[in-house]
Amino acid sequence: MPEVFMPRLSDTMQEGTVSTWTKNVGDRVEKGDVLAEIETDKATMELEAYDAGVLERIVVDAGKTVPIGEVIAVIGDGIGLGAGGGAAPAKAKKSAAAAPAAASAQPAQAPAPDSVQAATAPPQPASTPAAGGAAATAVKASPLARSIARDAGLDLSTVRGSGPGGRIVRADVEAAAAASRTTGSAATAARPAASALPADVSAGPDVEEVRLNNVRRITARRLVESMQQAPHFYVTRVVDADALVSARASINAGLAALAGDATPTKISVNDLVVKAVATALRAHPEVNVAYTGDKLLRHRRVHIGVAVALPDGLIVPVIRDADTLTVTQISTQTRDLAARARAGKLTPDEFTGSTFSISNLGMFGVDQFTAVINPPEAAILAVGATKQEPVVRDGAIVVGHTMRVTLSVDHRALDGATAAKFLADLTALLENPLATLA
Amino acid sequence: MAIITYRQALHDTLRSELLRDPDVFLLGEEIGVFEGSYKITAGLLTEFGPERVRDTPIAEEGFVGAAIGAAMLGLRPVVEIMTINFSILAMDQIVNHAAKIHTMFGGQSKVPMVIRTPGGGGQQLAATHSQNLEVWYAHVPGLKVVVPATPADAKGLLAASIRDDDPVMFIEHLALYNTKGEVPDGDYVTEIGKAAVMKEGSDITIVSYSRMAAVALDVAKRLEEDEGISAEVVDLRSLRPLDRETILASVRKTNKAVVLEEDWLSYGVGAEIAATIQEGAFDYLDAPVRRVAAAEIPLPYSKPLELAALPDATALVKVIHETLDATRFHG
Repeated sequence: MPEVFMPRLSDTMQEGTVSTWTKNVGDRVEKGDVLAEIETDKATMELEAYDAGVLERIVVDAGKTVPIGEVIAVIGDGIGLGAGGGAAPAKAKKSAAAAPAAASAQPAQAPAPDSVQAATAPPQPASTPAAGGAAATAVKASPLARSIARDAGLDLSTVRGSGPGGRIVRADVEAAAAASRTTGSAATAARPAASALPADVSAGPDVEEVRLNNVRRITARRLVESMQQAPHFYVTRVVDADALVSARASINAGLAALAGDATPTKISVNDLVVKAVATALRAHPEVNVAYTGDKLLRHRRVHIGVAVALPDGLIVPVIRDADTLTVTQISTQTRDLAARARAGKLTPDEFTGSTFSISNLGMFGVDQFTAVINPPEAAILAVGATKQEPVVRDGAIVVGHTMRVTLSVDHRALDGATAAKFLADLTALLENPLATLA
Repeated sequence: MAIITYRQALHDTLRSELLRDPDVFLLGEEIGVFEGSYKITAGLLTEFGPERVRDTPIAEEGFVGAAIGAAMLGLRPVVEIMTINFSILAMDQIVNHAAKIHTMFGGQSKVPMVIRTPGGGGQQLAATHSQNLEVWYAHVPGLKVVVPATPADAKGLLAASIRDDDPVMFIEHLALYNTKGEVPDGDYVTEIGKAAVMKEGSDITIVSYSRMAAVALDVAKRLEEDEGISAEVVDLRSLRPLDRETILASVRKTNKAVVLEEDWLSYGVGAEIAATIQEGAFDYLDAPVRRVAAAEIPLPYSKPLELAALPDATALVKVIHETLDATRFHG
């Protein structure tokens, strides 16, 4: 009767908290099913079943913290169900905490030390005597994947391997690194539900099951974290976009004239927005911050993340020092980053390190939306479409251009008035785009 | 730039080297009157006479030893051993004498000689006449071992080998003699010890040499056209010295490598390449280095069995696919 132990999910992990049980006692469990979410010192990770059977007993309730190696549940054939419950198996899985050398002395056919395995650790072939306590160090990853993870500061035990035998390969770490920087630039209405979604929907003839890739999986987790941990509030303004539209037109006309026979650079409204936001952040360092729990980190540089939709997720490439760039430079960089993002060719340093993000759904005709903050940033700007609308000007209704911008703000880092002032200055810059070029 | 066969390139280079340097002479079994078992020396006896194109008895150890002596005394002998399988008879002369005289005797004498000999299977010559023994020689310091895959390299490397002051095992391939390719005109010398990137690519590196390099190039071209797989083909050209940098540079770019070799798998050339890659590009590998090599049996005479035992394009394609799949190449 396989016992489920608190796994060791990272080198530094001493104990773990069962944050949620995703299976209930009596549930049928297949190998690889997510049993629970385990919170470690580093992250919350899924715990996958290593054995099939029936979840007979939950020993450690959600919210409880136990040392690694402790029995937290029992999977059996179901016969043990309702058999009086009995005392929880008291013995801890000693080898889980023991030195790997001790476990490697075990014969190969000894019960595998990991009766469950972190979702994040690759499945071991049954013939491999898995070293106890080595759940993290025994992560199978290609050398290239390891070196990318090292450079990106990514914990490999949080990455699911898709290579042979669960080996983590470059594609996996790149997806994980991308997703760990992914924001909730999707509309909040569409934010993924927590993984503890009630199972009242299941795959069948009418419902297709689509496996989550790493980008989608990590996106989901990060968005949930952001929405759960950062108290969001939203501030919206309508921008009179006449000047923005005409500035763009005249800049593009100028660039076309300069280019002669060559293909001219063309800037977009979004490039002007990036420039205006960067300029406004320079003037409002209190917005260019990260909340870390016990302090605020105020960024001295302005790095703007620009959300790019991928077919299977989101990625936020970074325009570094955007406040020091010309609009043309911003335009060229954004175009290049977005193209390579879609081609999956971004390097981790190109999608990490932003201090503020922008999500623009204007090209889809969206008037207005709210975005989920990209942690650890303190705010994100959601930009709607530039449209012709009746506006009141000098007491008369005339046809003008408007654009709605909504700032999502982490209330732990910023207050309403601060956000409003920033947005007022940003609006002024957007309404006088030439000032950002000065 | 003319398009000629590998055989013609070898013949023309021998002839031009005989013309260029009066110290160069040829010796071997059946190379004169019979014009060579594979006709590499056709017409040379008539043109240069028996002093410079010498037929020898069937005595490999004897004529290789004679060549070593001639080389020590200032000539530049080019020995033909009918096939590499017979070079085993001269192993002591090659390994214990040619390779060591220069260093054992304090550099008093160089041994500027070339041993030309074809290897390879696929001709239904059965187990004792179909071997790929190049790695035996590549193992020995003091020798140089070149393995040209193309007519151009046959020319450039043969010229370089004849002009080199060290003993060079110049290993041809029976199945390459009739292959054609562009060969530069005039005096054309290819530096020994430099691998060639036959085709650039970004997705996977195929390391190979001799006939298998030609197979690798065909496979790479086909994969590019049919499947959009961009394979880089590195032709080693020289097994000793081995151009590790070119191999490593390629793997650092593609992150994956497959070795295609006609010798046996265990202790073969591929083992050295795989070791080189893991030592020099460990952090760049996204998949284990795979080797496609001959089955570890004496090569059968039967054509179907011989074909089954030798590595080929199909086997290479399979391993390339497996390697790419292991890195989720297709997503």
